[in-house]
Amino acid sequence: MKKVLTTPITSADVEDLRIGDVIYITGTVVTCRDTGHKRRVLSGIVPHTPLEGGAVFHAGPIVRKTDSGWQMVSVGPTTSMRMEKFEKEFIELTGVKVIIGKGGMGEKTVRACVENKAVHCVFPGGSAVVAAAEVEEITDAEWLDLGMPEAFWVLKVKEFGPLIVSIDTKGNNLFENNKKVFAERKEKALEELYPKLNFMKY
Amino acid sequence: MDKSEKFVSTVASFVGLVAKVLPDDVVAKLAELRAAEEVPMAKAVYDCMFENMNLAVKLSRPLCQDTGVIQYFLRVGTHFPLIDELEPLLLKATEIATEKAPLRHNAVETFKEKNTGTNTGKKVPYIEYELVPNSDKLEADVYMAGGGCSLPGRAAVLMPSAGYEGIAKFVADTLVEFGVNACPPLVVGVGVGTCVASSAKLAKRASLRKVGSRNPDPLVARMEEDLENALNGIAIGPQGLSGSASVLCVNIENMARHPSALGVGVAFGCWAHRRGTIVFDADMNYTVLSHKEAAL
Repeated sequence: MKKVLTTPITSADVEDLRIGDVIYITGTVVTCRDTGHKRRVLSGIVPHTPLEGGAVFHAGPIVRKTDSGWQMVSVGPTTSMRMEKFEKEFIELTGVKVIIGKGGMGEKTVRACVENKAVHCVFPGGSAVVAAAEVEEITDAEWLDLGMPEAFWVLKVKEFGPLIVSIDTKGNNLFENNKKVFAERKEKALEELYPKLNFMKY
Repeated sequence: MDKSEKFVSTVASFVGLVAKVLPDDVVAKLAELRAAEEVPMAKAVYDCMFENMNLAVKLSRPLCQDTGVIQYFLRVGTHFPLIDELEPLLLKATEIATEKAPLRHNAVETFKEKNTGTNTGKKVPYIEYELVPNSDKLEADVYMAGGGCSLPGRAAVLMPSAGYEGIAKFVADTLVEFGVNACPPLVVGVGVGTCVASSAKLAKRASLRKVGSRNPDPLVARMEEDLENALNGIAIGPQGLSGSASVLCVNIENMARHPSALGVGVAFGCWAHRRGTIVFDADMNYTVLSHKEAAL
């Protein structure tokens, strides 16, 4: 059974999610990435779209202008770690409950997820047409002065996912856990590799 | 249609194709990794990737929203008829592809920090030339340099005492520290030379070599294979979520070095490795080498 959250999302909706769980979202998702985060946190400019209980998608889409508005062409996740610097403040200022991107995020975001009952999820990277097909409509576009990738696109979505929980409300961090395992495996792999690389003469 | 028009319209269509369809060698390797995958989460991610590739073809859309900075790597015959006009023609082709495909606007003028909205800007599209004497043909690689997989690229100059072990460590460290976020399984291009510039340039060329190809020098080919096995042993899996492999390939390009310096560069490509190779003859008839059954 698909676990589908509908916006506005409450603390209770995300509280029991754990890293590795797979969820989907129905309702409203907004895109916001590097410059958008910086603008929201540093400038005090507030988008008119309400974000309380919302979901923010680290993504810079390809959109096409149509006679009646905008068409979503392709919209996959971007590297979440680039937003690490501002995500904690962004969560505190906006009240978003789900942060969607790719790859892991750091200690500050983990703290914000615990304190504000929010989760970070991964949408499989590069699967941008799958994601676009789950966008029913672009209902609004703000901050177009930042250019197509950085603008604040408001998306009406249906069963948007798969979203793999990577940071949960208990402070578990899937990518940090993986990184430790990868680092151990790396040391072992290199130890075994070194004797084969004796190209230097002496 | 004159030669210039024919060239521009073919390149523009080809760039669109590269955004929507992965080259045959990459698809074949992804299929191989998908079939061998045993971790359930990783299997589900591969399924999503293949569903995405199919949907991109069906709907004729770029398979990843980050269509990158457009880069052209040219092997141009010194007698190729359009040799003097390549830069403006490729710029025009890029603008047309951006509109038609459509591609994302990915050219931000530095210092002004303004997106041009056309995918063109100062030195963008990026063009590298290699001259081929006594030829009237042009062979071009088109590559879409996405942000996610450009981000972890690194180059350094090691003390020669670090040896080839140092090179392997540099690549593995970079992969684990930064590569996990770059949409693995990754194409890993490694350059071995003297300075950061030459090593990085070789790394980039290596990343554009076919998946499954080997350096013609058996010593280099051996290190490619050994390093590939070692990196796969880390088992980063698709999207860094753990799995049975880490990379699509390790390709190494090398040159002679200064005795006091051991330069290493590493350039990554994401699983959606949007690279295409096309050849033009003197009449602008084309052959696509990277995608079979490609109709432009």
